Amino acid sequence: MKKIVFILALLGLIIVLIVGTLSQKDTEPTTLMKLKEKYSEKEKPSVDHSKFAILQQKFTSPQQVTEACESCHNMTAHQVMNSNHWNWEREEFVQGRGVIYLGKANAINNFCIGTQGNEGSCAKCHIGLGMDEKRTIFTDPKNIDCMICHDNTETYAKAPEKGGAPLTTLDFTKIAESVGKPKRSNCGVCHFYGGGGNNVKHGDLEMSQFEPSKDIDIHMASDGMNLQCVDCHTTKQHNIAGKVYSLSSMNHNRVTCEQCHTATPHKDDILNEHTLKVACQTCHIPTYAKGNATKMYWDWSTAGKLKNGEPYVEEDSMGNHSYMSIKGSFVWEKNVKPDYIWFNGTASHYLEGDKIQDTTKPLVLNQLHGSYADDESKIYPVKIHTAKQPYDPVNRILIQPKLYADKVGEGAFWKDFNWQKAAEVGMKDAGLPFSGKVSFIKTEMYWPVNHMVASKENTVQCNECHTKENSRLAGLKDFYMPGRDYSAIVDTGGKWLLILTIIAVLIHGTIRFYSYRKNKKEVSK
Amino acid sequence: MSKKQVYIYKGFERFWHWMQAILIFFLAFTGFEIHGTYSFFGYRDAVRYHNVAAYMLIGLIVFTIFWHLTTGEYKQYLPTLKNIKAQLDYYIFGIFRNAPHPTKKTVLSKLNPLQKLTYFGLKILVIPLSVTSGLLYMFYRYPSKQGVSAINIQSLEFIAIFHTVAAILLIVFIVTHLYLITTGETVTSNLKAMLTGYEELEDEDKAEKNVNEKNLSTQNLD
Repeated sequence: MKKIVFILALLGLIIVLIVGTLSQKDTEPTTLMKLKEKYSEKEKPSVDHSKFAILQQKFTSPQQVTEACESCHNMTAHQVMNSNHWNWEREEFVQGRGVIYLGKANAINNFCIGTQGNEGSCAKCHIGLGMDEKRTIFTDPKNIDCMICHDNTETYAKAPEKGGAPLTTLDFTKIAESVGKPKRSNCGVCHFYGGGGNNVKHGDLEMSQFEPSKDIDIHMASDGMNLQCVDCHTTKQHNIAGKVYSLSSMNHNRVTCEQCHTATPHKDDILNEHTLKVACQTCHIPTYAKGNATKMYWDWSTAGKLKNGEPYVEEDSMGNHSYMSIKGSFVWEKNVKPDYIWFNGTASHYLEGDKIQDTTKPLVLNQLHGSYADDESKIYPVKIHTAKQPYDPVNRILIQPKLYADKVGEGAFWKDFNWQKAAEVGMKDAGLPFSGKVSFIKTEMYWPVNHMVASKENTVQCNECHTKENSRLAGLKDFYMPGRDYSAIVDTGGKWLLILTIIAVLIHGTIRFYSYRKNKKEVSK
Repeated sequence: MSKKQVYIYKGFERFWHWMQAILIFFLAFTGFEIHGTYSFFGYRDAVRYHNVAAYMLIGLIVFTIFWHLTTGEYKQYLPTLKNIKAQLDYYIFGIFRNAPHPTKKTVLSKLNPLQKLTYFGLKILVIPLSVTSGLLYMFYRYPSKQGVSAINIQSLEFIAIFHTVAAILLIVFIVTHLYLITTGETVTSNLKAMLTGYEELEDEDKAEKNVNEKNLSTQNLD
């Protein structure tokens, strides 16, 4: 009797504990509910700029607008001119190099290669009002382009090939009176078109995100939370959080999912444990380039073909450029499954003038560091952009060609279509040696994919990675993953042990059956 | 030789046996799905069910250890080398000649020497290997800055492989076990005994006398 009471008491205790822990979960509002509440509140500006007398004048140049802004915001120029948006470079610590200044100003990529000597065209995406090759703009606060980020009329636009100056036909007064917090349209006008066209570079940032649906981006969806870029990329004194590893190398000032969602956002503990080794993006961004295709491959070596002495353009089935005489051949892809790598937040870069050690392998322009064994590393999705770009086979360095000029005869490839000449002038502008020979080398760039987050129903499912065939993580071989990996010896050995056991049982059983019948007959005899 | 219906498997014992059987079947089925051998529940549900069943099995094992220790039934499983040859001879030759079982089943000695050895091996090696590797599988931590560094494990590989080995051994055991239970007095007598608790054994008085002579031994064939 005592025993029964004891067992019943124990069982009762266990049931109470189980019910208690299971039912606790839904009583408090979840982080997600709190976030939704916070971001559904519309922010009301405390200032109406159209009421300020100084903005009610007739502006004839963008510099006049900037001066008007700075007459009140009199400390802002200093902040802006210390930002990487202005300087096109920032202080970075790179393993093996120490502290360097790295940015668009001096890096080489495998899209339009580099800005040096091409400022007239590239600086269309600079927050200044007209950059030239000497980059004198960097010292004059009047040349800050306030409107490119703060225009809320969505009418402000930079002029093509004017070093960042706006179109002259704009209504500057109307724009100046509209200013406010940057919207997706302000950021997107540069960041969606990097590399010379929509979605060329990132793959996860493109024009469908001006007004995206929930299918494209669950955060920015106009019919959903409608988040603006600066909601996550929080800004302190014009220093904007977040960066992309094409130009960054330190694990510093990053924007993370965790800053809002916490490090353990799932109800399921097993999923929360994944966050130690798997970045949020890996499961929550199943595909990128969802709205429009992104450029995956750029072959500069085919550039320069002319038809009747004129450059021409060809398009692929999706309507994207597949060939341009000025740029070469391209491959575009839509709804791309990312590649996956271990990444710890640090990177190293190929910088202008670096010697290429091995010209037989693809040259990685921004090596993202990480491995399974490294505590800081997690699995991240990336877009890998490959290219064939010009290099000097004698000096073994990448060539920074002169691409843009406003007239023929200055050596610019886009006007003269001569690699030797473009390399010679470009390398001279960059202050680098040039042997006179131009060859082409395969290069790779790694772009972490952070945007185009899917709804939770559309996340990557367990068995897309935990599977023997076509695992998304098939490329990451430095660790054991259940469902994908196994010991061949144990599995084959086990299979044979089982087969032999079954055979032995069958043989034994058969003999038993026949000997039983025989014995029975003998007995009956 | 007189026969009598004897109550040989007690209620808890039968409950434990069948619960364990169900849980091990279910764990093997979900486990090999997680292993990537086939797909049935879907990976996520397979993992969930596998974990729930694992906790249930561990609970059952805890109760069973308690039961065996308090009732003294654990003595049934202490292996003996005695008569192992006779038992092997029986399975290899005697069984085909309609020879009698070399050891007598009694309430106090219901396992033959081969069973003792096998079950002892299961209890001492295979189940602990399975449970330990399983618990490590659930609770191991990647090396991280927080947490108890003692249970940090660099790689899941060895845990997973040992867990697989234990699973394969259990399955091989089950196949053999399912066959050998048909080698009782009749094909189904062992199965019936495990279901009802009762089995037709030699007269209890005689059996008990034997046991009293040589405590828990299987001396009958000496």
